[in-house]
Amino acid sequence: MAQIFHRGTNTISRVSIFGGVLLIGCIITAAYTIDRGSFNSDVAVVKEQPVAFSHKHHVSDDGIDCRYCHTSVETSHFAGLPATEICMSCHSQIWANANILEPVRASWRTGESLAWTRVHDLPEFVYFNHSIHVNKGIGCASCHGRVDQMPLMFKVNTLYMNWCLDCHRQPEKYVRPKEQVFNMAYQPPANQLEFGRKLVAEYHIQKLTDCYTCHR
Amino acid sequence: MTPSDKTVLDLDRLRARLKAGQGPMYWKSLEEVAETPEFQAFVDDELSAVRTPDWLDPANRRTFMKLMGASIGLAGLTACTKQPKETIVPYVRQPEEFVPGKPLFYATAMTMGGFGTGLLIESHLGRPTKVEGNPDHPNSLGASDYFHQASVLQLYDPDRSQAVLNRGRISSWIAFQAAMMQERERANLNKGAGVRILTETVVSPTLGAQIKEFLQQLPAAKWHQWDAAGRHGAFAGAQGAFGRPVNPIYQLEQADVIVSLDADFLSCGPGNLRYAQHFANRRRALTNVAQKERSKQDIQEGYQAGPDAPLRNQAASHSEEDTSPSPSLEQAKAAGVPVEQVTLNRLYVVESAPSPTGGMADHRFPMKASEVEGFAWALAAALGVGGQSGTAHKAIPAIAKDLKANAGKCVVIAGDYQPAAVHALAHAMNQSLGAVGKTVVYTEPIDANPVDQIASIKELVGDLNAGKVDTLVMFGGNPVYSAPVDFDFKSALQKAKWRAHLSLYNDETSEFCHWHVPQAHYLESWSDTRAQDGTVTFVQPLIEPLYAGRSAHEIFSALAGQSGKSPHDTVREYWQTQRKDADFEIFWQTSLHDGIVPNTAAAIVNVTAKAPAAPTQNPGQGMEIVLRPDPTVWDGSFSNNGWLQECPKPQTKTTWDNAVWISPATAQQHGVATGDELEVKYQGRMVTGAAWILPGHANDSLTVHFGYGRTRGGRLCDEIGFNAYQLRTSAAPGGGGGVEIRKSGGTHYFASTQHTQTMESREPVRIATLEEFKKTPDFATEKEPDRPVPKYMTLYPDYKYEGYKWGMAIDLNTCVGCSACTIACQAENNIAVVGKAEVGKGRQMQWIRVDRYFKGNIDEPELYYQPVPCMHCENAPCELVCPVAATIHSGEGINQMVYNRCVGTRYCSNNCPYKVRRFNFLSYTDWDTQSYYPLRNPDVTVRSRGVMEKCTYCIQRINAAKIESEKANRRIADGEVVPACAQACPTQAITFGDINDPKSKVAQLKAQVRNYSLLEELNTRPRTTYLARLRNPNPELGGVTA
Repeated sequence: MAQIFHRGTNTISRVSIFGGVLLIGCIITAAYTIDRGSFNSDVAVVKEQPVAFSHKHHVSDDGIDCRYCHTSVETSHFAGLPATEICMSCHSQIWANANILEPVRASWRTGESLAWTRVHDLPEFVYFNHSIHVNKGIGCASCHGRVDQMPLMFKVNTLYMNWCLDCHRQPEKYVRPKEQVFNMAYQPPANQLEFGRKLVAEYHIQKLTDCYTCHR
Repeated sequence: MTPSDKTVLDLDRLRARLKAGQGPMYWKSLEEVAETPEFQAFVDDELSAVRTPDWLDPANRRTFMKLMGASIGLAGLTACTKQPKETIVPYVRQPEEFVPGKPLFYATAMTMGGFGTGLLIESHLGRPTKVEGNPDHPNSLGASDYFHQASVLQLYDPDRSQAVLNRGRISSWIAFQAAMMQERERANLNKGAGVRILTETVVSPTLGAQIKEFLQQLPAAKWHQWDAAGRHGAFAGAQGAFGRPVNPIYQLEQADVIVSLDADFLSCGPGNLRYAQHFANRRRALTNVAQKERSKQDIQEGYQAGPDAPLRNQAASHSEEDTSPSPSLEQAKAAGVPVEQVTLNRLYVVESAPSPTGGMADHRFPMKASEVEGFAWALAAALGVGGQSGTAHKAIPAIAKDLKANAGKCVVIAGDYQPAAVHALAHAMNQSLGAVGKTVVYTEPIDANPVDQIASIKELVGDLNAGKVDTLVMFGGNPVYSAPVDFDFKSALQKAKWRAHLSLYNDETSEFCHWHVPQAHYLESWSDTRAQDGTVTFVQPLIEPLYAGRSAHEIFSALAGQSGKSPHDTVREYWQTQRKDADFEIFWQTSLHDGIVPNTAAAIVNVTAKAPAAPTQNPGQGMEIVLRPDPTVWDGSFSNNGWLQECPKPQTKTTWDNAVWISPATAQQHGVATGDELEVKYQGRMVTGAAWILPGHANDSLTVHFGYGRTRGGRLCDEIGFNAYQLRTSAAPGGGGGVEIRKSGGTHYFASTQHTQTMESREPVRIATLEEFKKTPDFATEKEPDRPVPKYMTLYPDYKYEGYKWGMAIDLNTCVGCSACTIACQAENNIAVVGKAEVGKGRQMQWIRVDRYFKGNIDEPELYYQPVPCMHCENAPCELVCPVAATIHSGEGINQMVYNRCVGTRYCSNNCPYKVRRFNFLSYTDWDTQSYYPLRNPDVTVRSRGVMEKCTYCIQRINAAKIESEKANRRIADGEVVPACAQACPTQAITFGDINDPKSKVAQLKAQVRNYSLLEELNTRPRTTYLARLRNPNPELGGVTA
């Protein structure tokens, strides 16, 4: 019986088999890259804000503590964003006429709140609580990065669930002394794991991996 | 659902079955007892609602492929969305002591039916989201009922009236004030001769003072009151017995014997929450007897982990001969008294339709409402009161003897809808029994102006018809809908020349008024109110009026020439004149904070009851009708409230409907089946409503509820049910005799939640009389076979709970079946409303249902209630079958449901033996109505379509308490975590806590000998367990009723 297919067809079939596998691989890699990349996670993406607020200036240059503006970080799930009044406590005196601060003054004049764009945005089915983390020795910089070096605010971590679980499974990797929580420049000791285990015991930190810890 | 809508049940056969012990011992419906083929088919076909998709029927292969393809495509696409941009909007000036993200609680009060109940309202960032009872308030004692719970939904109701209307056109408050002042000036000329004011029962001292001041200025003006669900009989009764209005307050904690003459004092009326709690306190029956060894393992589990675990485990492994006390025995001892010393109060109830109070009765005698008076006369005669012999009843000698034996520790309570004579007799009996001052005290009435409201509205209608009324201003209420039908208020109203109506909704009355002014909800305005004992509470608003609503205070201020004066100033200034406190500011702030104004209870009065001379009504032969406010939508003021519409009525478990309740024997006599449309003719008027056969209902009597058949109530309530007000006359507001019924031929479909599950022949509720209990304390677990499946027969070792171990105990002995838990849970957990059609398919979403069981014969059955939330089983069947691990066990023993993981296979629900899982078949959550957004609890995820949900033990409350305790480096104290159901419960029947803590209340309750698990034989090891019910029947009445 004569051959139905020409010999050259073998090449086509080889190309399509390997090409197909390659294509699927590419699609998976592309999807994974997009998913993990800053396109999806917004890591390192600066978002437009009503006022170009510089954490670097306020924290590093002026030495203002996180809690001066984020007042409820130690007591509530929400760290709190400063009321216009807090901005005006300084800016009624200094830079009182700067153009860049006009939205703040407008808010003060009119009573209309400033509407900031959320940078660290968790999905609605996640219930994160700032106060318990801060009270158990998790530093601001552990999640938010070196905010004191950011002229404009951006996210440094994905805030994906596997990222959260990394610490929830092994808190000793990241925990620091409570008095160092608001220290942006804190450097973990060389023996962090050993030191961390001591702190975990001292602060009664539990490995909270139950779903209901964050989802409810 | 009524599977046998079209089959008339063979009730004789049914009775015979029950008598022969063939039917189930505890049954939910007549169809279940009858075991009709339809019922069997319905139960077998549990998934019928699932099998027929809503979008098409039948689906063929090609459509299936198309839909699947589209779903996959769409699912893939939606997964590609990035999170939308979100903004944070901080304050401009943040209020002091305010912590963003933490709720604040404010004390206020809700007025309903002529008395106020103190409440604590949870506020998230200025949005009221949840109502709780105020533990310091005498009417609440920390509890609340479903009206309070659902009032927050009413606040955000998008159908509420949103603008001032002048002849139906949008106008303004300023224009209304101008028009009103013109009327005022005209009235000045003749001292207000043509001016009439119509209010509901006014208990606000400030409003009372404002109205009186107004009447002083215009002495010829008149003030009328009409409350459709008012306590007209009680008023007339007190007037008859004492010659003056008084306010009886019962001290049920002191009462060993209670006789209710058609009084549903546990579930409605003034002080119901207080009464329920005090009644329950006498029925807790805590003993120092622990469970038997074999059934003690539930408790043992808690002991494996604690700090001294080895010691306890050793104790547990000892044989029964070992005399060393086991932990559960210690716990039980700490909780209670020896079993011989257990006492219960005793409740006798005579009533026509079963009520929650009737369900708690040790002896319940169904009788026509008109026969209650005869019964009262006979009971009075047996006690040597009154001059009439009354109607002999087999139970009277025994009841009278019981009352006499407990003189001073007993009380007779007459129902609000009974005629004056019954009230007067009850007062006279209480007096002769020495109850006055002990179990009942009389105080000055708490109303600003107690009047006979029927006479009051009658006078108003007379004046209207006589053309004497120029100006009529109505504050709240809906008289066109709710006034006695013989007054024809609608046409009378239109004879007034200038009519204004202040109300929450643009309703039936507003339609016929020149002016309609939106009323401020109680959560939006300042006022004050009084508890049943007279204690004043300041009503403080939680939010600015959403729709620019106004309160009655503002209108009277405007009338007094003080336009623009805020209700806050009005209330405050009134109290400044009333109080001589050294520092008014301290008094004001303290009273606001506490939710009660100290030393304002009504003065106790010394009165002597005079027994009425002669019977006022004769029980007529033939059929009679009983008219009552609806159990869940009340007099119609809650008709547009989805939570209450969908709350199954405690007795029938129907939703979104009212019905004509009829007894099985009467239904049989008239050939009526459940669902048959009946034409009910009464005094020449007729309504058509569908019948519901209710076991335990009095024969030759119909019960119908008003509050339905609205025409301008809002999108939820218009055109559902029938308007029973059409039968309500001024002469007989509670109904009367001479009723005819005729089948119209039509049938009606009821969406009832009671058939969708069946317990087959199991014993979900377990009951013993007090005597049986004393003989066999472990009756609840006695019948259980000796563990056919031992708990330890598992491949895996038991999990050691080292931290908390959450558990719940529900005391059936104190549960009155009021369903406050259901609505409290709905409010706390953002549970959606699904509508009648979906309820009919068994798709209701409430996380805690209250099952109602009958026991005994169908004419006079016993009633039992059982709340069923998720059991949080140790061996949870649902967890095993979830393909995506969306429901798994937590390290604290909670059966977790993770919405974001759930893909909606519903395997878990199919495998749940308790049927407590709820699935979002459709997108039940209303995402479109903006006004519902602020209502939702921000601490709980709002679920959407395709997600399973169920009771979480209020995990948001557990987590909040845990975070606070962890911050303070301590354990959560017992009682720190209270789930919404337990917090609302008027009788504290639900107890939640840490079973690992042997001193916790829940551990002590679980150690009780009455503790049992639902469906224990399935070895699910539920965390939620029940305490069996005890009854305390009078031995002398042993054979009289079941």
